[in-house]
Amino acid sequence: MKLTRRRFLQASAAGGAFLIGTPHIWSKNSDLAWAAGGDIKVGVLFSLTGTTAIIEESLNKATILAIEEINAAGGINGMKIVPVIEDPASDPATFAEKARKLVAGDKCVSVFGSYTSASRKAVLPVVEKQNNLYWYPTLYEGRECSKNVVYTGAVPNQQQDEFIPWLIKNFGKKFSMIGSNYIYPKEENNYCRKLLAKYGAEVVNEEYVPLGHSEFSSVINKFRQQQPNVIFSTVVGDSVVALHRQYKAAGLDPAKMPMASLTTSENEIAAMGGEAAAGHFTSAPYFEVYKSPENEKFVAAYKKRWGADKVTHFVSEACYFQTYMFKQAVEKIGKGDITPNTIREAVKGVEMIAPQGKVRLDRENLHTWLWPKIAQAKSNGQFEIIVQANDWLKPDPYAAYPTQVCTEKGLVEKKS
Amino acid sequence: MHSVFEQVLTGLSIGSILLLVALGLSIIYGTIGVINLAHGEFIMLGAYAAWALKTFAGLSLLPGLVLIFLGVGLFGWLVERIMLRRLYQRPLDTILATWGIGVVLQQVVRLIAGGDLRYVELPPSMAGSVSILGVEIAAYRIFIFVIAALLFLITWSIMNRTTFGLKLRAVVQDHNVASCFGINADQIHSLTFAYGAGLAGLAGAIVSPLKSVSPEMGTGYVVDAFMVVVLGGVQSLVGTVISAFALGEVTGMIAFLQNDTIAKAIVLILIISVIRFRPQGLFVAKVRA
Repeated sequence: MKLTRRRFLQASAAGGAFLIGTPHIWSKNSDLAWAAGGDIKVGVLFSLTGTTAIIEESLNKATILAIEEINAAGGINGMKIVPVIEDPASDPATFAEKARKLVAGDKCVSVFGSYTSASRKAVLPVVEKQNNLYWYPTLYEGRECSKNVVYTGAVPNQQQDEFIPWLIKNFGKKFSMIGSNYIYPKEENNYCRKLLAKYGAEVVNEEYVPLGHSEFSSVINKFRQQQPNVIFSTVVGDSVVALHRQYKAAGLDPAKMPMASLTTSENEIAAMGGEAAAGHFTSAPYFEVYKSPENEKFVAAYKKRWGADKVTHFVSEACYFQTYMFKQAVEKIGKGDITPNTIREAVKGVEMIAPQGKVRLDRENLHTWLWPKIAQAKSNGQFEIIVQANDWLKPDPYAAYPTQVCTEKGLVEKKS
Repeated sequence: MHSVFEQVLTGLSIGSILLLVALGLSIIYGTIGVINLAHGEFIMLGAYAAWALKTFAGLSLLPGLVLIFLGVGLFGWLVERIMLRRLYQRPLDTILATWGIGVVLQQVVRLIAGGDLRYVELPPSMAGSVSILGVEIAAYRIFIFVIAALLFLITWSIMNRTTFGLKLRAVVQDHNVASCFGINADQIHSLTFAYGAGLAGLAGAIVSPLKSVSPEMGTGYVVDAFMVVVLGGVQSLVGTVISAFALGEVTGMIAFLQNDTIAKAIVLILIISVIRFRPQGLFVAKVRA
């Protein structure tokens, strides 16, 4: 049979119609399909290959650890969580495809996944169309208000509101911004500029390097020439490693010109070596050294399960506690009523003690109340927490856009 | 004036890294004519070898360099013997085959060493920076410059001052005639490929203290290396050197005046324009047609 263009189109249209049609045929049948046979199926969608696998592997591990713990402790109302693990290979299009498979094919009642904003944006239309629930653990740039995503990472106001004034007070008012060239650093810098203007500080330079960039000598020359008090860094991935190592090799001094990062975690430090990271600062809700009984338990369990040389960090912590949040939400629901919709309603306002402290899922915007912390990297590869917020901080995904606010009904324009 | 000089030094440093990663490719491409898409992975192997020697054998970077050169070279030799040798008459297939080798290497390294990013320690003696006419520059960058220059000189001498080089040039000019004169062309090919691979391994090991080490790291380098070789002219070693430093200076300068994103774009546009009007590259080795 010759494959003509027309026949190909016919076949793919039929196939597509079948794929789209299938879940609707089934969901009319009964809601029991969501928790068939006493199993609660959830998708776990973190890349195990490709460029971001380096970090997403640890997210996969933290999620699996939490699921195993919950199941070992008797599951949720006697039901076991069954993880369906897919590898989206660091590619946004594959993320969308695998999410569709998990939601429509495997009938997962929720999906835990994504590290990059690009992959979340790719999955978004899928979970919105299928009305499923996506649990996103990463700190991100905010400016999103989906009813189908539970956001458990920090948004800009939670990382910067404490951090920026503290940096100004301790180091000075000249800031230089360096970021990777995509949406996250740009939105963070946009918010940072607003804070800097508010405190009367100035930006001497703002620039972006391509993703995966590894040659920072010109950037470092600019640091030398402009002598900023603080280098505000939102460089991500393996570029972070190159930037820190070249900063160190160039003989710059973190005591005079520290890098203040929103993205450098224990994971990145392990990759660059403690010596290169020592003296620089990071703001995040969680650090491995944080002292709390819950964190000690989490760190010990993680190392026991995955190896003593592994580290926990602020994204893997969110992976861990969001799985427990999922458990708390599902516990409140009767066996036959478990659907993505009921889980979303049940998770609103859920509170729990996470390794970082007590967190709460905001009723309005489905983001999480977190505990900002400022820490300095040490040469042993760990952080030393220097400032801890006195109170948890409400998430405001539209902090940089005062005319917009994310509510339970969706995004609302405020009349100014 | 001061900042101009600083930027010139930076450009030299970027150029020396480019030369280092391009040299191996230039040899292989220029003499055997194989477009070695696994070049980036040879670089990656060198970086991982440096990491492994340090982690498992306690051998630091500098004394390990010879071992790394020999190790990756031996690997290249095997690749040529087992696989490429059978594909010389089919240039398109060598592209696919070397690309496949690259993919396999990436995944094998990921399976053995894990997906985590690694790093190689900076030799402590070169950890600081030195001042040249009032300009601070990392000591290790000067070391890279010296090594790149040395490797180029050694390579050039091998090509032009040894019997092996003479035979190699003969094989390049005319494979069949050279064979008739009793030159073992097959052997020349495998040794050259091994040498090019060894150079790539060295490059990976040497740049690793400044960059990150991951299974995917080769992808970026292979692009850089091809830019240098294509711009410089395929069969010209001197062209490779000049194009590496020219690209280094231009990239550094634009990155300083604007930023790295724009620098990358402009450099690519420049290269495309040059090869549009000079498809053979800037320098052409004189070959009798």
